[in-house]
Amino acid sequence: MDGFPILSLMMAVPMAGAIACLFVGANSARWIALIATLVDFVLGMALWANFDQSGGGAQWQFQEYAPIFGKFAWALGIDGIALMLIALTVFLMPICIGASWNAIEKRVGEYMAAFLFMEVLMIGVFTAQDLYLFYIMFEAGLIPMYLIIGIWGGADRIYASYKFFLYTLFGSVLMLIAMMWMVHEAGTTEIPVLMAYNFDPHVQTWLFLAFFASFAVKMPMWPVHTWLPDAHVQAPTAGSVILAGVLLKMGGYGFIRFSLPMFPEASAQLAPLVWGLSMVAVVYTSLVALVQSDMKKLIAYSSVAHMAIVTVGLFAFNQAGIEGAMMVMLGHGLVAGALFLCVGVIYDRLHTREIARYGGLSINMPRYAMLFLFFTMASVGLPGTSNFVGEFLALMGIYQASTWVALVCTTGIILGAAYMLYLYRRICYGEQVNADAAAMPDLSGREIWLLAPIAAVVLWMGVYPESFLKPMRPDILALEARLAPAAPAGDSKIKMGAPKPAGEAHEEAHHEEAPAHGEAH
Amino acid sequence: MIDSASLLAVLPELILTAGGLILMLVAAFGGDGTVRLVNTLSVLTLIVAGVALSCSLAHGPDAFDGLVRADAFSVYAKALIYAAAAAAILLAPRFFSTDSALRPEYPILILFAAIGMGMMVSAGDMLTLYVGLEMNSLASYVLASFMRQDGRSSEAGLKYFVLGSLASGILLYGISLLYGFTGSTAFDGIAVALGDGVGKGELFGLVFVLAGLAFKISAVPFHMWTPDVYEGAPTPVTTFFASAPKVAAMGLTVRVAIEALGPAGLDWQQIVIFVALASILFGAVAAIGQTNIKRLMAYSSINNVGFALIGLAAGTPAGVAATMSYMAIYVVMTIGAFACILQMRDADGKPVETIASLAGLSQSRKGLAAGFAVFMFSMAGIPPLFGFWAKFLVFDAAVASGLTALAAFGIAASVIGAFYYLKIIKTIYFDEPTGAYEAKGGAVENVILTACAVVIVLGYLLNPVLDQASAAAAASLF
Repeated sequence: MDGFPILSLMMAVPMAGAIACLFVGANSARWIALIATLVDFVLGMALWANFDQSGGGAQWQFQEYAPIFGKFAWALGIDGIALMLIALTVFLMPICIGASWNAIEKRVGEYMAAFLFMEVLMIGVFTAQDLYLFYIMFEAGLIPMYLIIGIWGGADRIYASYKFFLYTLFGSVLMLIAMMWMVHEAGTTEIPVLMAYNFDPHVQTWLFLAFFASFAVKMPMWPVHTWLPDAHVQAPTAGSVILAGVLLKMGGYGFIRFSLPMFPEASAQLAPLVWGLSMVAVVYTSLVALVQSDMKKLIAYSSVAHMAIVTVGLFAFNQAGIEGAMMVMLGHGLVAGALFLCVGVIYDRLHTREIARYGGLSINMPRYAMLFLFFTMASVGLPGTSNFVGEFLALMGIYQASTWVALVCTTGIILGAAYMLYLYRRICYGEQVNADAAAMPDLSGREIWLLAPIAAVVLWMGVYPESFLKPMRPDILALEARLAPAAPAGDSKIKMGAPKPAGEAHEEAHHEEAPAHGEAH
Repeated sequence: MIDSASLLAVLPELILTAGGLILMLVAAFGGDGTVRLVNTLSVLTLIVAGVALSCSLAHGPDAFDGLVRADAFSVYAKALIYAAAAAAILLAPRFFSTDSALRPEYPILILFAAIGMGMMVSAGDMLTLYVGLEMNSLASYVLASFMRQDGRSSEAGLKYFVLGSLASGILLYGISLLYGFTGSTAFDGIAVALGDGVGKGELFGLVFVLAGLAFKISAVPFHMWTPDVYEGAPTPVTTFFASAPKVAAMGLTVRVAIEALGPAGLDWQQIVIFVALASILFGAVAAIGQTNIKRLMAYSSINNVGFALIGLAAGTPAGVAATMSYMAIYVVMTIGAFACILQMRDADGKPVETIASLAGLSQSRKGLAAGFAVFMFSMAGIPPLFGFWAKFLVFDAAVASGLTALAAFGIAASVIGAFYYLKIIKTIYFDEPTGAYEAKGGAVENVILTACAVVIVLGYLLNPVLDQASAAAAASLF
């Protein structure tokens, strides 16, 4: 595949589909969108298959470069981290189209066009190797999402769409100013070069804060998360899936691609801030999720809690933490997406998101209850599912950096179990108090086909995470090495016992322990 | 002494003058029946004058002993002005067709205004500047009150005239002060005199000149006339006001600031920064409550002028190039937006101006709604539309010259502006249809709208050309 512009092609296919959808009838638009996203899925799998995972190859693969925009270039290329997020995107997109098959009745062509355009931009964000190209892709996503929420959303959609748009726009514009400053300082717009550039540590703090404003909103972190529950509740099902599944990951991707490698000193310096916000997020939003009466809102708050685990893992500054953060991002993308689909399934039947309007669904919808249970457990982080791997690694990583943060964040798993199981109990178990809910038919073939692939991948990720970790490992190791000089000293004093000749090991251990002891006291 | 090189350097103006005078005779003898002919010929005259720009560039940069400059900067600005003027002529017939108010004077007045604007951007002397400015202004006053039967139009013309004369007076006073204290009306003469320190009197002159120019570009705090004039003037005239004279006045301001007042850069930089920020903030906040789309566009133009001035505040060649690129992109967006607004007609074909009437447009007129969406998102500065690039360039220039705080503040304020553009898109796309709109748009409007939309959507491919042209234009000032 040398020299073949597969990344451009992956963006061209949905773009062509989007334009076509604007000019055809409803049914053709559905099929065009499905075919375009499936073609992109196949291309994405081909990308994965041809990606050199050995670690010996180049860090950036499938690079394309065309300086056609004057001050910036059409520069694409991916590493393992981007590859995984692209795979997540192309995997979720056909499912989103399928989920909207019957649920969207008005203005289908425009809807499908917006989704396909969204896919172009998401792939663009993960592949951009030019700082300004990245910003354009990152920011342009506001337009289709604004329209998706505003046109096809729920009753309060207009408020939610404004909030989503203005919140994220405000977060991003300061990042743009920081980007301009960096480009003038470093004299290049190429992301790989900037990732290795050493900015003055004093300026780094400001640059970090500017980027933080953008990614923290996108992520979203407490206390700038409030747009998310509104946007999720009002968005149509597929909109929620793509929002939770991929758009939130742009924040995490931003941290891992920009904040950490470009400003390592500032990251270390401000890590306590990130930890603090994440700890609050984990506990606070989990408690908020516990008292929700709206299913979508509950899952939205749980997303905030899960994304806080991601930030904690990223700011652990070690391999385990960053790998864990990536796995939580991938796992949460699948599981939260699937949970929103599960909500969508019953919403399509009863047109309400009130938890109290359901109950005892395991009696009349056994297949649904089983799949919903599976994703509930995955969200809780049951071993054998994707989220367990991610959360375990992330918490293990943060334990090396700060035991207190690890302690507080681990309560998130217990609280997560509480609100998810409570949700499940109220919907699927208990008496069938509502006659209309009791009369709902079980999953249709289409719905099973939407949920089953996600379930399979969630299991795969939980049982053999190496398939997903392997492509990312060289990049994560490189990032760890980049962060090592600045990484804050941990307070946990973990010592991996390496079998060495007795005398030497003892002496060395003694030697290393002494300063750590001194710090602790 | 008048030499042939000087005459060739002002060939575009000569063509426009001759064309305007001949067409005026045609109109005078042929009567109102010649409207279509005069319209077409006026556009042709503008095109010919545009072609003649290359000739003017070849015989520049100085003509008439430095009174007129035919450099890359003036050619760049004139190309924009002529294009905008031609669009304003082309958009007119359908608007005026309902009450057959279009008279052949309309295109002729625009031609004369174009001559004035050409002189403004190529002035090398305060006197040329003033003559050009007044030539443009006088034509504009008449154009604003072109619909004589309409009270609002007459009011707009009168307001424009009274406030415009005041501004001209302020400007003239500033020029006289500068002349008195520097002993020259030529830009380079003033620059030489300012080079050895800026005295109190010169500073006063500078402030008055900038105040007069701020009125012409409708920057805060001299913006008061803009909403009333934009709302009252016939829509094609508003299209014209929002595009061509803006470029001319901005070009003039940039030239005066750099060529004449360059040595006093630190003095005017503070003024420009204040005016820029005030315009951005005021334009954004005051637009939120508007219900009339033309009035909203007036505040939007105030807002945009603020952004363009950020490039000038940087004071560097890159900054000036950014301002000129901004104006180019702004003109395309504005003409496109007005081509949409001109199609806002109810079922009987009567023009409507309320934003509320746009409700649900996306369901009845998909193409028009998409056009609106493109221009509004672009004005809000959302990538991947070209309006983002305009803002990007000016902020980039500001950051490059160390004005990071200004850039951060300005861009944060642009989020406020985004709100009211979003409001229009919300009305068009999210709201349920209320009243019916005319089923079909005019062919000319649609062509212009489509052309502008294509530029706005695919504009990044033009970047190399635009960058080069703007850089050349800016370089000719330094």
